[in-house]
Amino acid sequence: MRQEYLVPSQDFSQAGVASSSIKKMLKQLNLNPLLIKRIMIAVFEAEVNVIAHSYGGKILCDLDDEKICIQVIDTGPGIPNLELAMTEGWSTATEEVRELGYGAGMGLPNIRKNCDHLDIYTKEGDHTHLSMTFELRMQP
Amino acid sequence: MKLKDIIACVDGQLIWGESHLEDEVQRGFASDLMSDVLTILEDDILLITGLSNNQAIRTAEMSDIKNILLVRNKKPSQSMIEMAKELNISLSYTPYSLFKASGLLYQKGLEPVY
Repeated sequence: MRQEYLVPSQDFSQAGVASSSIKKMLKQLNLNPLLIKRIMIAVFEAEVNVIAHSYGGKILCDLDDEKICIQVIDTGPGIPNLELAMTEGWSTATEEVRELGYGAGMGLPNIRKNCDHLDIYTKEGDHTHLSMTFELRMQP
Repeated sequence: MKLKDIIACVDGQLIWGESHLEDEVQRGFASDLMSDVLTILEDDILLITGLSNNQAIRTAEMSDIKNILLVRNKKPSQSMIEMAKELNISLSYTPYSLFKASGLLYQKGLEPVY
């Protein structure tokens, strides 16, 4: 089963709309509540990143019996230094983003913490593609 | 602590969520940074914040937080109240600062997350 959600650029009134739809869908699957929370925190952080830092993108959700794979694919401009972006507290967020309560530099580190497996493709001048995997059998 | 006792403790008022007044809330987390709130995996915490915008509600939704206390006399916008209703999240406010509200609640036994 695949679901697709579009995420706009810079429109913070839409921040969480895609994540909220994904949460409603996951709740219908009768999954462990802690697993749902881990997925939602990772997806929401990624959605806010797309809105704050990219030209817009989409979230793809794939489910099978063993795992949930969520891909967050934006249309650029890519992350210049991924190692720095993965460092807790490092942020390039604008003042506007900070006033909304985000931009503390915890996004990518928090995504990594909540996924069972995380792959990131990014290149400055290109785009960013996050692949997050959550194992259904490893529910805590 | 019950939510009704939390509101009384900080001389606050409930804006929406009467059905939550009897909710048992064991822990509180105080922050204006939603990125910090998203690092918490505990259930049923009280979010104490001065961030009075829709992002506070969205963050609560993702973190399964059912009760929000706004500090510094911040009143929520109508769209924030509507979103809280839709997601069944209670909204209260207190005239006190984040520090004072948290201190009073800690003194009364509301536990920290860490």
